Amino acid sequence: MSAVAPPIRSVASRRQTGTAAEHPVVRWILTAAALGIVGVFLVIPLAIVFTEALAKGPLDYLKAIFQDDALSAIRLTLLVAAIVVPMNFAFGVAAAWLIAKYDFGGKSLLLTLIDLPFSVSPVISGLIFVLLFGAQGWMGPFLSDHGIKVIFAVPGIVMATAFVTFPMVAREVLAVMQSQGSDQEEAAFMLGASGWQILYHVTLPKIRWGVLYGVILCNARAMGEFGAVSVVSGHIRGTTTTMPLEVEILYNEYSFVGAFAVASLLTLLAVLTLVLKKLVEKISQQREARHKDAPRPSIVPPASAQVRAS
Amino acid sequence: MSVSVQGLTKRFGQEGEAAAAAGVTFQAPTGKITSLLGPSGSGKSTVLRLIAGLEEPDEGRIEIDGIDCTKTPARSRGVGFAFQSYALFHHMTVHDNIAFGLKIRKKPKADIASRVDELLALVQLQEYGSRFPGQLSGGQRQRIALARALAIRPKVLLLDEPFGALDARVRVELREWLAEFQEKTQVTTLLVTHDQEEALELSEHVVLLQDGKVVQTGSPHHVYDKPATPFVASFLGGANVLHGQIKNGRADVGAFAVEGPQGATNGMAVQAFVRPQDIRLEKPSEEPSNNVQLARIERMTRVGGQVKLSVRVGTGEPMTVQMSKTEIDLLGVQQGDRVMVDLKEAKVFVEDYTI
Repeated sequence: MSAVAPPIRSVASRRQTGTAAEHPVVRWILTAAALGIVGVFLVIPLAIVFTEALAKGPLDYLKAIFQDDALSAIRLTLLVAAIVVPMNFAFGVAAAWLIAKYDFGGKSLLLTLIDLPFSVSPVISGLIFVLLFGAQGWMGPFLSDHGIKVIFAVPGIVMATAFVTFPMVAREVLAVMQSQGSDQEEAAFMLGASGWQILYHVTLPKIRWGVLYGVILCNARAMGEFGAVSVVSGHIRGTTTTMPLEVEILYNEYSFVGAFAVASLLTLLAVLTLVLKKLVEKISQQREARHKDAPRPSIVPPASAQVRAS
Repeated sequence: MSVSVQGLTKRFGQEGEAAAAAGVTFQAPTGKITSLLGPSGSGKSTVLRLIAGLEEPDEGRIEIDGIDCTKTPARSRGVGFAFQSYALFHHMTVHDNIAFGLKIRKKPKADIASRVDELLALVQLQEYGSRFPGQLSGGQRQRIALARALAIRPKVLLLDEPFGALDARVRVELREWLAEFQEKTQVTTLLVTHDQEEALELSEHVVLLQDGKVVQTGSPHHVYDKPATPFVASFLGGANVLHGQIKNGRADVGAFAVEGPQGATNGMAVQAFVRPQDIRLEKPSEEPSNNVQLARIERMTRVGGQVKLSVRVGTGEPMTVQMSKTEIDLLGVQQGDRVMVDLKEAKVFVEDYTI
């Protein structure tokens, strides 16, 4: 869920299997190895989440979920996602637009900065905010004078999550925009459309699948983020614990059914995300195939041969 | 609705770099097609984009219909633009694509619908209104793009290599179609192309560009028959180049002596451009003369009804000759045969070493 790897759309899924035929034995060994690794590292852990969660029956499972602390963790997680995802959506589209359409000084710096959250450890990301807004931090005295709580409160959690999920939409949309060029925008401009009309009627429809894809990934990461949130949250039960933090607390209290019950919700979310992601990929590929408008790269010989014999 | 540009200059990138357009001046007559013709990098697309308002000129003046619109925003210039890539909106139907400019202008729905139907009929794609661009062929897409550009009733239509992305056959078809279409609509049209045949066939007026400068303007016949510079001579028609110098009032190039340019004096270095179509081959019977020399056929390539030959006079450079297959059959020559080469037409220029 909180993998740090950037989202890379799978190209291999579309590719046909290689023509070079391997020996059947080699193929079997490779297949078995791949399945074995996937089984040990992915399938069994996933299965354990659900078996542990349901170890004492479905009634205890539901009870664990409908506990006050668990419910408040779910609410907080949803709240954070509801704030962070639209924020990063707006930022992502704006930043991608800026980078794809304009040339300006500091463009590569901006690109690097957008990627920064991917390369910084989430714990450090959290610490940045503690150092900025914490009681001993730069802005700590000012904030406490005005009675504003950022660290160990919801604003800090939102900020840390926003920071960590910062690149998700921007990266995805930028890739789509760069591959599509801007001639449709120019055509709309020539037909009299204003900047906002171009954005609404042409650019957003063009990039919608990229945006949706980015939003899904951003949402998954926002809900599952542990490290950065853990640093700024202060772990106040019922107030500043998100779902991943609640799982940890419950687990440390040896409340396994509770821990795995909340974990199972996160797991379901992850599965749902993957299904949505696959769906979006499939639809956008179909769309692409149907709406392919790019000029075919045809090498047309000059109508009359250009000869020169000098 | 004529278009006139004066001293149009545009630099991309750093100061001192060659300008994409350097003082371009020409006039496009009302209701006709004017071609901006030149090789890639000659600045023809830049000039078109400047006239459209997609780029801002560094210097110069653009007039449409006698009104200065150098500073006018693109939307108020009354120009329609068609792109090489068509630039249709993928997510909209053909109908919505054509209607886009009218919707932006908040025209009544009924007016929009009737105008779109009218345009679909004009481009002969009545049945395709509800399709998506992806379901059309390249030629159909470009026709829709033209209809979309015309929907807003532009005073001037700008076409940027409209057939560049199409295969050769469709290109020729669409070219004929565009000529008819233009006759019907009578919209002043500027056509950017690198294809000389397209320019010579379609346009009333040709503007030849090289390195961001206009090198010659005039009717297609004029620029073809009376090229102003060696560049034009070699660019139009594709030519053999023979180097030599003026001797006794004639240009002595290779084994040939052709008429020299006016005002040339003895000893001046000259180059003669001879188009492959302007060379005749004859049986080796006549006596050699100024224009006629004995040569050997080194290579023959048949391209459909045409035959391309490579002939060499003595030890000179090989020359390319183009004749119809019928003529060659009548002549009855083979590869390796000796023939008389007759230069029917040569454009001779004094070599300019100052460049």
